[in-house]
Amino acid sequence: MDAIVSKSISSINLSIYRYDPDSGKKPYMQDLSIDIPEGQDIMVLDLLNIAKEQDPSISFRRSCGEGVCGSDGMNINGKNGLGCITPLSEALKGNKIVLRPLPGLPVIKDLIVDMKQFVDQYKKIKPYLINDEEKPEKEIKQSVEEREKLDGLYECIMCGCCSTACPSFWWNPDKFLGPAALLQAHRFISDSRDTATEERLDQLEDAFSVFKCHGIMNCVSVCPKGLNPTKAINEIKKKLVKRAL
Amino acid sequence: MAMNGKGEELDASKLKVLEYDGIVVGGGGSGLMSSLQLAQSGFKTAVVSKVFPTRSHTVSAQGGITCAIQSADPDDDWRWHMYDTVKGSDFIGDQDSIEYMCQEGPKAVFELEHMGLPFSRTEEGKIYQRAFGGQSKDYGKGGQAERTCAAADRTGHALLHTLYQANLKAGTNFLSEWFAVDLVKNGDNQVVGVIAFEIETGEPYFLKSKATVLATGGAGRIYQTTSNAMINTGDGTGMVLRAGFPVQDMEMWQFHPTGIYGHGTLVTEGCRGEGGYLVNKDGERFMERYAPNYKDLASRDVVARSMMLEILEGRGCGPDADHVYLKLDHLGPEIVHKRLPGITELSKTFAHVDPVEHPIPVVPTCHYAMGGIPTNVHGQVLTQATDGTDNVVHGLYAAGEAACVSVHGGNRLGGNSLLDLIVFGRSAGLHIENALKEGITLSKASNDDIDQALVNLNRVNISSTGEDVANVKSELQKNMQLNFGVFRTGDLMEKGLVELENIREKTQNIHLTDKSSRFNTARVEALELLNLIEVAQATAVCANERKESRGAHARDDFQERDDDNWLKHSIYFADSKEVTKRDVNFRPKTVQAFQPIVRSY
Ligand SMILES: Cc1cc2nc3c(=O)[nH]c(=O)nc-3n(C[C@H](O)[C@H](O)[C@H](O)COP(=O)(O)OP(=O)(O)OC[C@H]3O[C@@H](n4cnc5c(N)ncnc54)[C@H](O)[C@@H]3O)c2cc1C
Ligand code: SF4
Ligand code: SF4
Ligand code: FES
Repeated sequence: MDAIVSKSISSINLSIYRYDPDSGKKPYMQDLSIDIPEGQDIMVLDLLNIAKEQDPSISFRRSCGEGVCGSDGMNINGKNGLGCITPLSEALKGNKIVLRPLPGLPVIKDLIVDMKQFVDQYKKIKPYLINDEEKPEKEIKQSVEEREKLDGLYECIMCGCCSTACPSFWWNPDKFLGPAALLQAHRFISDSRDTATEERLDQLEDAFSVFKCHGIMNCVSVCPKGLNPTKAINEIKKKLVKRAL
Repeated sequence: MAMNGKGEELDASKLKVLEYDGIVVGGGGSGLMSSLQLAQSGFKTAVVSKVFPTRSHTVSAQGGITCAIQSADPDDDWRWHMYDTVKGSDFIGDQDSIEYMCQEGPKAVFELEHMGLPFSRTEEGKIYQRAFGGQSKDYGKGGQAERTCAAADRTGHALLHTLYQANLKAGTNFLSEWFAVDLVKNGDNQVVGVIAFEIETGEPYFLKSKATVLATGGAGRIYQTTSNAMINTGDGTGMVLRAGFPVQDMEMWQFHPTGIYGHGTLVTEGCRGEGGYLVNKDGERFMERYAPNYKDLASRDVVARSMMLEILEGRGCGPDADHVYLKLDHLGPEIVHKRLPGITELSKTFAHVDPVEHPIPVVPTCHYAMGGIPTNVHGQVLTQATDGTDNVVHGLYAAGEAACVSVHGGNRLGGNSLLDLIVFGRSAGLHIENALKEGITLSKASNDDIDQALVNLNRVNISSTGEDVANVKSELQKNMQLNFGVFRTGDLMEKGLVELENIREKTQNIHLTDKSSRFNTARVEALELLNLIEVAQATAVCANERKESRGAHARDDFQERDDDNWLKHSIYFADSKEVTKRDVNFRPKTVQAFQPIVRSY
């Protein structure tokens, strides 16, 4: 268990974005000095919880505490990530840490952003299996190889880290679907049980939905689940191009 | 009018009203299964969830969903699954419910597959099933079974996302990030909806409905060390107790054997199903001593207690000898990466070890509430009359971990919760659908009834001095951990009960310092604390009352199971804080009942 013990920092300078539109005040950065248990490498979310004990009005989302629910996407020292699985030792610059809401989405309060645009884009890709065939009494068969095609796609936790790191999504959040939604589009296109591949591709054919992705790969570098939206997007592009030929 | 810092009291006239055929409080697996059933049949349905539905705790379930779908073994039989579940429950699971679950299960699992759930597959393209604890063939005589259907070690994630997607397709309304505060009950003891507020705006509502389903999940946060999410605060249980209805078997808490040491995060039993095993500081595979037949795949209560005994007897690992090791390194990277990718991630993040190379340090962690809101197989909530008979509470249903139908009795088998969610989530939905088709009318609530449901919210909103929420919560959690943990004894519990009375008083006097309207998480946490104390006290009183050891409830002062007095459910009401008994169902419809035998693994 020795690995848990790392740096012996005991006081952290936390700078956190504060904004409550109801207050009439402009957004500002609040600076707090937080004492953390010596010798322990806690997560950014733990730090926030301690900060909230000092100032209960600090607002952020959290639930699972283990990187599976997707609640606590935030911008940590300039990089999007999940608070609950980002260790301080990785995030700290000196003994300073700056926390901001995910960029590009409207802020509801402090670190809490309005995910509506993000979820609306997800809904657009018809994120459910479409299969009009008569259902067997038992499972629809799928080979191990066919199932493997879903690996790296279905695991998305909808944290929003990728889309809010994507310049194309910032500029066209209503027209460009963004990496998260496109990853899911590819998840259903790739599913041997889905019978709507052509309709799905039809829907993606316009100049924006997919083609506004310029392969900058920000999405890949921030995804806390190690997924690769760029690759999925390229696969979709390839399929569209092949179809057009 | 949004709630604000001016300390104004809310009353019925200040609430907005929304009306539905069915309201489901909870967007986890059980809630989404109920709402899907209702929305598909065209009824106006709303899911109220304090978090965006896919953030619900079902997303964390790892290992799988247990069900005799005859994939790994074409001869598998739901009756064997039923036998295991009855035995696992230490014989206080209701056999009519267990029968229903095991028999209906396969249909529900295939339905999920048809919805798109990305199950792992066998070479023949069927759903992959793995071994889990307490599973046998041929009524315990045919050795270990492989009955848990899995999507790698991310089954809950796959299940929850699939159900959310199916609900989008069906057009369910989502009141996402809304907090339900209390039930509205009329003079005839009928439930007519809930008081809730939209967290983003702080706007309070009366959500009026012909049927209300509580699918609010677990309450592991009454303990200090738990595998449960921070939102698992037993809100539905709190609401029911405050409305004057009872809860059942609340002393029955499952401590999962393999929580990551120092953090509580779970690593699935599937690890042992894939061939992993536990060792003490001498490297001894100690489960061979405690459970010679099933070893590391004995039932969870048995494994957790064995681990604690190893630690108490000085054979624990680490400098403080306070944990044991889960070994996976002998399985090789192929199996670990293919079948347990999520575990590899969690282990690296929270234990700083790669399970391919090093064993994972683990201790038992509070995991699952077998007890909860008593219901029948249709999800209808039950209350107990003074003469001991069961009465249905009109308008109120419960499903999932919040409910106690009771398929888990004194101890839940791995993979049986996800099955419980979908089978009984659906059966509640079906029952409401039929009732609506027959034409139930909306019961009336007077303004007084509504005001009654606003009492707690008002108390928190107008508080001007008093206790700090975080402090009181931490006191509560410490007390439960210390006095009502894996091993229990009368003296400690008596002490714990006194302590809890003090803590309750403090909860009645908490001070919400931040009274702003917009996304006020402090208000949410204050209200959650009021639910935690209800659950904690119910747990404590029932644990002290049940003077025997059964399932997860292990007492040093009463080490034997006492079938003469305690082959019973415990029933607890909050106003009297008294425990009564309720008969266990031994009347399955299509098979002979399984009679209590000595439980060995
Ligand atoms: C780490 C872990 C692994 C597990 N693995 C397995 C497994 O492999 N197999 C298995 O069978 N079981 C497993 N379990 C158990 C199982 O996951 C849970 O019992 C189950 O998911 C609970 O589902 P639910 O629908 O009852 O509630 P949840 O999924 O917890 O959902 C509760 C819902 O209620 C809502 N809610 C609660 N209170 C309020 C309120 N006041 N107002 C509005 N909304 C509210 C929440 O927002 C949420 O949507 C595991 C549990 C854990 C902790
Ligand atoms: S690769 Fe495409 S989707 Fe990803 S960040 Fe760049 S532009 Fe956005
Ligand atoms: S792809 Fe990764 S970063 Fe994007 S939403 Fe999904 S999990 Fe989050
Ligand atoms: S709290 Fe769930 S992902 Fe961080």
